[in-house]
Amino acid sequence: MKLELKGITKRFPSVVANEGVDLVVMPGEIHALLGENGAGKSTLMNVLYGLYQPDEGQILIDELPVQFNGPGDAIAAGIGMVHQHFMLIPVFTVTENIMLGVESTSGPLLALDRDAARQRIVDLSEEHGLRVDPDAYIEDLPVGVRQRVEILKTLYRHSNLLVLDEPSAVLTPQEVEDLFEVMRSLARTGTSIIFISHKLNEVLQIADRITVLRRGKVVGTTTPDATDEAELARMMVGRPVQLEVTKSAPRAGDEILTLRGLSVLDDRGQLAVNSVDLSVHAGEIVAVAGVHGNGQTELVEAITGLRKLEAGSIELGGEAAPTDPRSIYLAGVGHVPEDRLEEGLVVGFTIAENIILNSYYLQPFANGLAIQLDAVNKVSSELVREYDVRTPSVQNDVGNLSGGNQQKVIVAREFSRPLKLLVAAQPTRGLDVGSIEYIHKRIVAKRDEGTAVLIVSTELEEILSLGDRIAVMYQGRIVDILDPSEATPERLGLLMGGAHPEEGVVPEPVAS
Amino acid sequence: MSIQTQPPDPPPVAEAPKPEKAGLGDRLLGGARQLVVPVLSLFTALLIGAIVIILSDPVFIAKVGSNPGAALAAGISSVGSAYSGLLAGALGNPFKDITPVTETLLRATPLIFAGLAVALGFRAGVFNIGAEGQIYIGALFATAVGINFADMPLLIHLPLAVAAGFVGGALWGFIPGILKAQTGAHEVITTIMLNYISYLVVDLALRQVFFQLPGRDDPVSKFILPTATLPRLFADERLHWGLILALVAAVAVWWLLFRSTKGFEFRAVGLNPSGARYAGINISRTVVLTMMISGGLAGLAGASEILGTNLRLTPGFSPHWGFDAIAIALLGSSRPVGVVFSAILFGALRAGATPMQAQTGIPIDLVVVIQGLVIMFIAAPGLVRGIYRIKVAKTTGTEIFSKGWGA
Repeated sequence: MKLELKGITKRFPSVVANEGVDLVVMPGEIHALLGENGAGKSTLMNVLYGLYQPDEGQILIDELPVQFNGPGDAIAAGIGMVHQHFMLIPVFTVTENIMLGVESTSGPLLALDRDAARQRIVDLSEEHGLRVDPDAYIEDLPVGVRQRVEILKTLYRHSNLLVLDEPSAVLTPQEVEDLFEVMRSLARTGTSIIFISHKLNEVLQIADRITVLRRGKVVGTTTPDATDEAELARMMVGRPVQLEVTKSAPRAGDEILTLRGLSVLDDRGQLAVNSVDLSVHAGEIVAVAGVHGNGQTELVEAITGLRKLEAGSIELGGEAAPTDPRSIYLAGVGHVPEDRLEEGLVVGFTIAENIILNSYYLQPFANGLAIQLDAVNKVSSELVREYDVRTPSVQNDVGNLSGGNQQKVIVAREFSRPLKLLVAAQPTRGLDVGSIEYIHKRIVAKRDEGTAVLIVSTELEEILSLGDRIAVMYQGRIVDILDPSEATPERLGLLMGGAHPEEGVVPEPVAS
Repeated sequence: MSIQTQPPDPPPVAEAPKPEKAGLGDRLLGGARQLVVPVLSLFTALLIGAIVIILSDPVFIAKVGSNPGAALAAGISSVGSAYSGLLAGALGNPFKDITPVTETLLRATPLIFAGLAVALGFRAGVFNIGAEGQIYIGALFATAVGINFADMPLLIHLPLAVAAGFVGGALWGFIPGILKAQTGAHEVITTIMLNYISYLVVDLALRQVFFQLPGRDDPVSKFILPTATLPRLFADERLHWGLILALVAAVAVWWLLFRSTKGFEFRAVGLNPSGARYAGINISRTVVLTMMISGGLAGLAGASEILGTNLRLTPGFSPHWGFDAIAIALLGSSRPVGVVFSAILFGALRAGATPMQAQTGIPIDLVVVIQGLVIMFIAAPGLVRGIYRIKVAKTTGTEIFSKGWGA
């Protein structure tokens, strides 16, 4: 399918989300759409999918103008979408999920014709190299396979243009390789692909052409051999961006955090952290790598007092660490939580209230029961300025800020006091290049002040550029601790996938 | 490195940061915006109430087949007389006779207390449907103090009786609070059940010698002693100091919620419990404390009514204030000032209903219909926005779809 978006303009009451956007996707082309948060990628794709009507411009498919009044029209025209958050029913089989909504039936009672659907799925997966067991239940499948099911779902509906929204965010490096293989195979058979991403290296690796959006406008279209990461970043942000974190060698001091045989259960009572030993010294950054869901969340929650220990001990500066979040805070531990909207911020509170979220009862913010608004406003205004939070007033609801500015509010709150230990989980998740650069600088600055820093991240680049030592977590265990000099992306990828590089064996994902 | 730029690429200068949201003007506008849904809800409720009046008007029903024009005219005139009767009953002519206004405020008094109780709970994420039961237990405690201690001076006796009302309600709120904190029992279920228990507790207590009026077999308490009675504000009107206490309570709740560390905890827990936990706030303790203060406020509604208006406790003395309070808290957006105005509005509807029925023959039940409609529209703001085609602010509108994109 050849898709052409011509002069798409979409205005909202306070912003122009897309302004005269032109985009051409040729048959069998992998076209990457790159841009920061709020650059207008989502709006453009929502226009393409019929969720929004453009104010100006038109959509052409194979040279013919089309009008989409809803996703149904877009699907009928052959456009398929794979969202970042999968839309699958866990207790249904692969076949049932794929046929859901377009069920084929047989007989007078309109019985579901699973066999016919199953056969088509088997054919499609063979044709495109999408290895999936059509009878497996979704809940038993690893994330990478679920994504294949989502892709199959669109192919089953006869899509010949696929939109993949940040498809690699939830995958291990090996799964990303598999995905790219599938994408190439689809492209070979004539399916066009729009690949939305903010990971520059992936875009350069897979795309035929790259279109960069900034503030609703197309900045330019280029090809991987004509550009590089630095140039793409500059196009996205509008200024040169320092992609590499510059930091001096660590000057590690005393041991601050000591974990001994730490075991923690997850919400379902399963062992999520399995006898972990780890230490973090003053003035060093220990980065914990791992695919999401391998116990990192529970590890951080245990250290910060949000989850009970099942076994083992946590020591802070050589003494048993306090066990509740408030005492841990007072002991000099800063915590940037994994999910800023779920835990890190109270949406509905102002920026000022979020700045004092865990110190509201202390001097100078409180005097007995009474909150001292003057002090709150003064300190929070200073911090907002110092940490470059873009807002006209600290009295604004924190929910109105962009993700990057929300994260800066958390960073301002957690970094603006002397810390013994800083625990940061996914500190830059979902942020744009400019904000990532800023937050990485702040983390390194904190390390250089002599704070012990523990970073948990699923982004290899972040791990490699920040970590002074790199620990890899797999199924609740620290499987290896590496020096950055010996940690290549390949080696880390294998460790994160549960393989021992020495043996060179990658275990097959279960039930795939 | 060449880039095939379609339009000429502007030089990559650092662009000035754009403010994300405007300041004071926007906030004021935001404040006015908050009034839009309640006001339109009330307006729509009155409009539909008018249709109900027309459809149930006997003249309209009789003539609608033969002479629809006359039928409609009769119906509309009924609407006019009903609403003017309601207004006259609630307001009268305040320059000539303050009685209608004081009656409105008298009826608003317990509604303010109870509305504050529910609003405080909402703010902390607790749905206190048990205000009704807390009103009864508060009234029982206030009565226990008010009918005893004959020799105590008013300045001690009255505050003690009022405080007893608070304590009784707080105790009745403590039960669902501790059940929720310790066992996770949902407060909606436990408070509803405790309402029934409270009716029976009061009934049982009023049959004991300690409470029962001598010489009576039915459950009626002794009279409140003069030293424990809330004085009247005007010699010839029933309105009493309970109103002043209710207004003081509104200010106190405002301060507690928006100017104190406890209120910070309440609101944090209400908006985002996991965020509150992360901040080191003890959620269980906050829930229990919220339920106690909420119950205490409801208890004050009972105390003020017994010590100021009824002067003795009988079963069934509350015409479901505890449930009206939910509507009042919703209508007032869980803000103390909003609660005060909503309670006065409900008080006016109640005070105006009886004169309206006397003068126009339109049943009091119309008021219940209007109240029900108000609640319905408030609870479904999307409905009101749909009817009047109000655009939702940017932050909630455009981001719903874009969320799935993670971009």
